[in-house]
Amino acid sequence: MSFRVSKGGHIDRSRSLKFTFDGKTYAGFVGDTLASALLANGVHLVARSFKYHRPRGILAAGSEEPNALITVYRDAARYTPNLRATQVELYHGLQAKSQNRWPSLRTDFGRINDQLSAFFPAGFYYKTFMWPRKAWKAVYEPIIRRAAGLGVAPTQADPDRYAQRYAHCDVLVVGSGPAGIAAAMSAASTGARVILCDENSQFGGGLLSEADHSATRIDGLMIRHWIAQAIQKLKENSRVTLLTRTTAFGYFPHNFVALSERVTDHLENPDLHLVRERLWQIRATSVILATGAIERPLVFPGNDRPGVMLAGAASTYLNRYGVKTGSRAVVVTSGDAAYTTALDLHAAGVVIDAIADLRTAPVGAWVEAAQSAGIKIIAGATVLDTQGNVRVRRIDLGQVVSGTVVKLQPINCDLVLMSGGYTPSVHLFSQSRGKVEWSDTVKSFVPGRSAECERSVGACRGIYDLSEVLTDGAATGLALASKTPISVQSASFTVKAMPIDTNPYVGALPQPDSQSSSKAFVDWQHDVTTRDLALATREGFRSIEHVKRYTTTGMATDQGKTSNLNALAIVAQTLGVPIPQVGLTTFRMPYTPTTFGAFAGISRGDLFDPVRTTATHEWAQARGAVFENVALWKRARYFPRANEDMHAAVARECLAVRHSCGIFDATTLGKIEIVGPDAAEFLNRMYVNSWSNLNVGRSRYGILLREDGFINDDGVIARLAADRFHVTTTTGGAARVLGTMEDYRQTEWPDLKVWLTSTTEHWAVIAVQGPRSRDVLQPLTDIDMSASAMPHMSVALGAICGVPTRLFRVSFTGEMGFEVNVPADYGRAIWEAIFAAGQFHGITEYGTEAMHVLRAEKGYIIIGQDTDGTVTPDDAGLTWAIGKNKLDFVGKRSLERASMKTATRKQLVGLRTPNGEVLEEGAQVTLRTGQKPPMALVGHVTSSYFSAVLGYPIALALIGGGRARLGQTLYVPMPNGDIKVEVTAPVFYDTPGARING
Amino acid sequence: MLIIDCPYCGRRPEIEFTHGGEAHLVRPPQPAELSDQDWAAFLYMRSNTKGIYAERWRHARGCGQFFNALRDTTTDHFLSTYKSGTPRPVVNTTPSEEGHS
Repeated sequence: MSFRVSKGGHIDRSRSLKFTFDGKTYAGFVGDTLASALLANGVHLVARSFKYHRPRGILAAGSEEPNALITVYRDAARYTPNLRATQVELYHGLQAKSQNRWPSLRTDFGRINDQLSAFFPAGFYYKTFMWPRKAWKAVYEPIIRRAAGLGVAPTQADPDRYAQRYAHCDVLVVGSGPAGIAAAMSAASTGARVILCDENSQFGGGLLSEADHSATRIDGLMIRHWIAQAIQKLKENSRVTLLTRTTAFGYFPHNFVALSERVTDHLENPDLHLVRERLWQIRATSVILATGAIERPLVFPGNDRPGVMLAGAASTYLNRYGVKTGSRAVVVTSGDAAYTTALDLHAAGVVIDAIADLRTAPVGAWVEAAQSAGIKIIAGATVLDTQGNVRVRRIDLGQVVSGTVVKLQPINCDLVLMSGGYTPSVHLFSQSRGKVEWSDTVKSFVPGRSAECERSVGACRGIYDLSEVLTDGAATGLALASKTPISVQSASFTVKAMPIDTNPYVGALPQPDSQSSSKAFVDWQHDVTTRDLALATREGFRSIEHVKRYTTTGMATDQGKTSNLNALAIVAQTLGVPIPQVGLTTFRMPYTPTTFGAFAGISRGDLFDPVRTTATHEWAQARGAVFENVALWKRARYFPRANEDMHAAVARECLAVRHSCGIFDATTLGKIEIVGPDAAEFLNRMYVNSWSNLNVGRSRYGILLREDGFINDDGVIARLAADRFHVTTTTGGAARVLGTMEDYRQTEWPDLKVWLTSTTEHWAVIAVQGPRSRDVLQPLTDIDMSASAMPHMSVALGAICGVPTRLFRVSFTGEMGFEVNVPADYGRAIWEAIFAAGQFHGITEYGTEAMHVLRAEKGYIIIGQDTDGTVTPDDAGLTWAIGKNKLDFVGKRSLERASMKTATRKQLVGLRTPNGEVLEEGAQVTLRTGQKPPMALVGHVTSSYFSAVLGYPIALALIGGGRARLGQTLYVPMPNGDIKVEVTAPVFYDTPGARING
Repeated sequence: MLIIDCPYCGRRPEIEFTHGGEAHLVRPPQPAELSDQDWAAFLYMRSNTKGIYAERWRHARGCGQFFNALRDTTTDHFLSTYKSGTPRPVVNTTPSEEGHS
């Protein structure tokens, strides 16, 4: 049966569409939403509630809809759960389904929760599933998550594209109701750049719900003509940007507003070149909020049955979509607004059995109009209960007679329309950090003092009269665009409309002492009832922030758009305090749920993060290297040959370095050139070492601390000239170290004549390590590389293969070694030249994994692996590096604290496993074996490898008082039992260090 | 996202900057002479003002310079930005009627 009226509204009856809901095919029209099309087909049951699985219908007609959450899908990947059916635009072939029900919407076994609801009050989960603790993760949580819930996430990656766009404007107008249109028009008339956005598919806001036969006129025009003319005028202005289907969801400091534009969701066959959504990041000189108001539901027992709806929503469905939402209706209202609905429905042929008016003596033009239409009006009314399973079929009204509630004869109906006035949408205003204030006339919070250059206009600040709304919008638009004070004289509209007494109501409707056992819902989406709120206050919750978290009222995806005010009023009433004293919870972005895709934009897949590669990257790829990520860099981890696994490849690479020669790309190390007359003094102050006595052509291992005394970074620093140093840092620390150095240079010691330049990208660094390294390199360079001319820790300038080089003799392997620095553009060529020249000597390319093993065999630390921000130079066995006669350096004062010198601090030691296990890095170490948790821990393993050259596993560890424990047996507890370990010195190979000086 | 007025480059979006903590803290010239308590106070104690706060920013993805700013932490509006080493400017501390950044 169709509930569609034959004419009127904003739908196109000449273009019929087919769609499916839960597999069943229905028809609708272009211009419909999924909600209006379902209602036109008589479908009210569209959802099951979150907690009690109660049957739910469509409550509203806009983004505030709490009940009608559905899943819309095109395929397994284009599958969007939790959409509000009231916002989903219909297209031909649309597929939608209901959520949170099994096996079907009509027969849902989860409904048992409703019968058991006495056992599920507020805070139930906190109180009940406490013991045994293990059962929470394994049993309770999975069951609760399955039973209480929303839609299911898609199973495949999102194939759609999302764009992000920045824009600037003089005036951003949010919302295109009468206030927003008037504001945009007057702002644009000054020549200002204006952006007008609206979350709807059409401009007009609440005006779109005006009946075609309405006598209301603006400047003599019918409403729809006035909208069309105004929008046309704005369209013709090249300085105006109009955005429909665009939600302003976040308001950030300095008038930065985020909009989400839905580009293709309403299309049957979206062009593949279109993005699905566009995130607009707008910087506006001024912002005008014309976000309107949301009709406030009434709180009475049984107010959640399908067929119980906001009165304004019924007007929208009738006047905008041509849909009658029922056949027999009872209208419950606190003011005049719902009288328009009753009269419109009455004219459309819906039987209005009664208008139950909460006012004790309703009077005025609207009341007279209803009376002359023959509609019965019950004054001083209240609602005691409703009946009906998947659709309301009866309403039990009451009447307040001299303070007591008496029952009236029940009325059979299939539609209950309720109206408690309006709640201004102050979400964005509140997000902008403006202060809301309570208004007794509006019975709501309204915008008070602004924090940003922003103004609210129209219904979102509690102004509802059409003439005043238009004037407010126009005057404000003009003032903000022209930076002049607001003057209502500047705007004038001729409006013909009947005045409306909105008479807002807040809180629960009066009930007799013997109240119905039916639930009276405050928050539809999270199933919070008046009883839950009463329980929370009984249990001692006073702050609304606490009540909110305990009952979860207002915490659903609708952010309490329909529920917050009633919840506040009920809590205030129970506590016996005025509403403003209870406070208001914080409004947070997003105003409506926003897709992750819009936030991510193009930052996904290969574009998620920048990728840094070195000059030899393609060479390494061609050689089959396995890469690892180190900060943003891709580094070759190992170079497997034939069927080698990582273990075999790393062992081969390590042995090649130890026995002949290896080649390794060390480009990623950070490099900073420090230049100036005070360069040495600057380094003296930054690093623990002495630099004044470092000769030109020599280098030194430097340690950088934080002011708190813990190791921050390390690296080799070479002196190229009296006033020039080549500093290296760790790969991950490069930017941080330069930032720290700049901080001290600029803000603590601006008198020092020193300059810092990042040269990380400038140099390609080729490490050639091993006993044959000199033999490989010497023929390629004019630098005398003999042991006497270039001892360990020296540096020379010259050429290699004709390319300028800074040649370091330096070793991170314990072998004789060199690092060839050449301009990055020559990196690949020089690498290949060295590799070719090294063939005779058995040169072997090695990766970061072999590098880690080789340095661990020598006990060389890696910052961030063997240190963790709590390790001092002494803890790491590096006291020798500290300049003995220095009065100060960054971190020195902290090293003097008593706790930095205790013998029980964790110290770097080696570990051997007598039974040959390779320990887990990060494993904890205990003094005694056979402990049960919680164990007494004495330290942890920081590095662990199998050493091919030694033939056994080695590990580095930080152990409390470790250096005093050499030779002791400790234990590493693992799931299969304790592993016995022996504490050793942290140097495993070539302890005397002879090889490095070859 | 804030708009920050770099004293060297002008108004730029926040993503070009890194925050540098409280301003006008001077590293003691001779830390060795400080007691543990005084040193700890220098290292860790910050005023964490609700209201007008002097803080450091670095135009890290711009000119690279550190500078200071006065920001109202309750509104995120800047009252002033100024070069490192210059004194904290005196500003009208009664909050403006509404924000212009």
